[in-house]
Amino acid sequence: MNYVKDLETKANYSMTKKIISDALSAPEIDRESRTTVGKITSDDPRVVCKNVNVYYGENRAINDLSLEIGNHEVISFIGPSGCGKSTFLRTLNRMNDTIVSCRVSGEIKIDGKNIYDRDLDVVPLRAMVGMVFQKPNPFPKSIYDNVAYGPRIHGLAADKRELDAIVEESLKKAGLWDEVKDRLNDLGTGLSGGQQQRLCIARTIAVNPEIILMDEPCSALDPIATAKIEQLIAELSERFTIVIVTHSMQQAARVSQRTAYFHIGHLIEVGRTNDIFTNPKHPLTEDYITGRFG
Amino acid sequence: MNNTPLKHTNEPGKPSTFDVVQKSLAKRRAAEHRFRFYGIAGIVLALAFLLVLFVNIFGKGYTAFVQTQIRLDIYFERAVLDPDGTDTEDALSKADYTLLIKKSLSGLFPEVNSRRDKRNLYALISSGASYKLRALVLNDAGLVGKTSSVWLPVNDDIDILFKGHIDREAKQSDRRVNDRQLDFIDRLVAENRLEKQFSSTFFTDGDSREPELAGIRGALTGSLLTLLGTFLLSFPIGVATAVYLEEFAPVNKWTDFIEINVNNLAAVPSIVFGLLGLAMFINFFGLPRSTPIVGCLVLTLMTLPTIIIAGRASLKSVPPSIREAALGIGASKLQTIFDHVLPLAIPGMLTGAIIGMARALGETAPLLMIGMVAFIVDIPGGFSDPSTVLPVQIYLWADSPERAFVEKTSAAIMVLLVFLIAMNGLAVYLRKLYERRW
Repeated sequence: MNYVKDLETKANYSMTKKIISDALSAPEIDRESRTTVGKITSDDPRVVCKNVNVYYGENRAINDLSLEIGNHEVISFIGPSGCGKSTFLRTLNRMNDTIVSCRVSGEIKIDGKNIYDRDLDVVPLRAMVGMVFQKPNPFPKSIYDNVAYGPRIHGLAADKRELDAIVEESLKKAGLWDEVKDRLNDLGTGLSGGQQQRLCIARTIAVNPEIILMDEPCSALDPIATAKIEQLIAELSERFTIVIVTHSMQQAARVSQRTAYFHIGHLIEVGRTNDIFTNPKHPLTEDYITGRFG
Repeated sequence: MNNTPLKHTNEPGKPSTFDVVQKSLAKRRAAEHRFRFYGIAGIVLALAFLLVLFVNIFGKGYTAFVQTQIRLDIYFERAVLDPDGTDTEDALSKADYTLLIKKSLSGLFPEVNSRRDKRNLYALISSGASYKLRALVLNDAGLVGKTSSVWLPVNDDIDILFKGHIDREAKQSDRRVNDRQLDFIDRLVAENRLEKQFSSTFFTDGDSREPELAGIRGALTGSLLTLLGTFLLSFPIGVATAVYLEEFAPVNKWTDFIEINVNNLAAVPSIVFGLLGLAMFINFFGLPRSTPIVGCLVLTLMTLPTIIIAGRASLKSVPPSIREAALGIGASKLQTIFDHVLPLAIPGMLTGAIIGMARALGETAPLLMIGMVAFIVDIPGGFSDPSTVLPVQIYLWADSPERAFVEKTSAAIMVLLVFLIAMNGLAVYLRKLYERRW
């Protein structure tokens, strides 16, 4: 009996010893290292980025970034201001094209197609990769027209009845229908900030995109409106792939499965949200998570 | 300020911020009051000038809408009107109506026999009176052979005398109405045959050498046609140019070059555009001179830079978030611009265009060069009819020697001002109508 116990104790001891020695011998990552730590690949990739560089004139805003974004996954980009997370987000549907001095090199493939291909038209790309902006920006038109605009220009509805159905469904998905169903002809700009942002989300999903990019969608909203949007993101993630840029680490922790940490133009660390927040590998990530800077 | 020791100081011996601010307050308030005073003074000064201008113009001009008329009993004598007895309209329109007036006047003053007296007497009546009689007869042939009491316009000198602009006490050689005529007039007044009446002539007739027959209608129609053409040409071209330069043009040296030139064109003196129009539209393309079509082409050249600059400014003021929103759901560039950017920019563009139009309305110099300064009696019926415009009409009348044109000039200025105020009012109204929040 004693012998057995002794064996167990020994086994426990040796296991503990192994774990400790592993932890101790795991190579400590150099603070100055800018190589991405963690698993950048995905088992079911939708978006594949390889060696992406983004320049504003002479200034390099994104350095050699490689990342895969999985199907129906919510991935959040975190990092201090000016770290390039919004810039990278906007390369995914080529919104950076509107900035004259902006140049992108490397490869971004969505469903195997390079979106920076010379022949590719941005119109179908942006219809497939929708975007919600930091500041709610409804058109100064009626609530109905705000949502109906996308389906109208893309010809997604054959007649008025279908269009009505799309508008209703999109507003329902965005959790706004009950609040606005009686005043669809009111100006979209007359809604409250949170409602405006949900209207913008409704407008985005009315086009039925595959991927939704969200650029700090809650930064201009109060906590209650933020909670609603976060709940909405959770619901939407069943149907869409969502990439969200956020300044709030709590938000990243709440809504996303994966998290990517950016630092001054470099993707420092990617991993499961839980791992990133409980066990960051890179010292910079750890500093940011623990609030030492950022 | 009190000199008591300061209570709340973080550092002993140093005054608290509150007290420091309190001390500087009087100076700040004085500066504020001073600034407010300058502003109010400026406004009062501007209003005073405006008042002087209006009082002056209205004071001189309101009499233009009133015309002295003489009541004559005209016998529409068949022997004069239709000497051959043909009883046709042709004969009636060619008849000598002046003779009827002369006969009527002679009936009133049977003692007038000498040539000189007759000339003095007949000169009381406007040369346009016979046209009025002819119009009456052609309108109602039943008048022939009957006697009718008719109000006819008097000559401009008599009109001016009646409006109090001729000094009866002055030496005879210094006034346009001689003693004999004064005598006639006094007798006519005694018989209640002379009266100041409202006259629509000013609004219904074209220009004339005779002030009592001159009207603004020709110039007004000319101005309307010219401005309409200018707007139809310059607004679409201006908006299209602004949209291209602002939204589509690549950012390079050529675009900069074009932008500099557009800005320079806005500052080019308008007479230069007139010379350009003369050389290009009239001499090279052979368009008819003195016509609204050439006028509006020249004014379009002049107005375009203003509209382009205003258009670009209002396109720039559309928040980029609206563009991003449209682009973000896959609208093409053209769809973004036409569905979202342009509707938001249109109020500003319209305001710019109307300010440009108001400037074009008041423009005289370039139109002198293309012959719109010609003396034109007929009211223009289209873009290729010779015509003149309001400011040129003002210039022409101000330049005329007859005293009676002074009031016409002021009245024409009033019409121009009404036109301008209406256009600026329209600009404000349109801006309010299309203004949207975002």
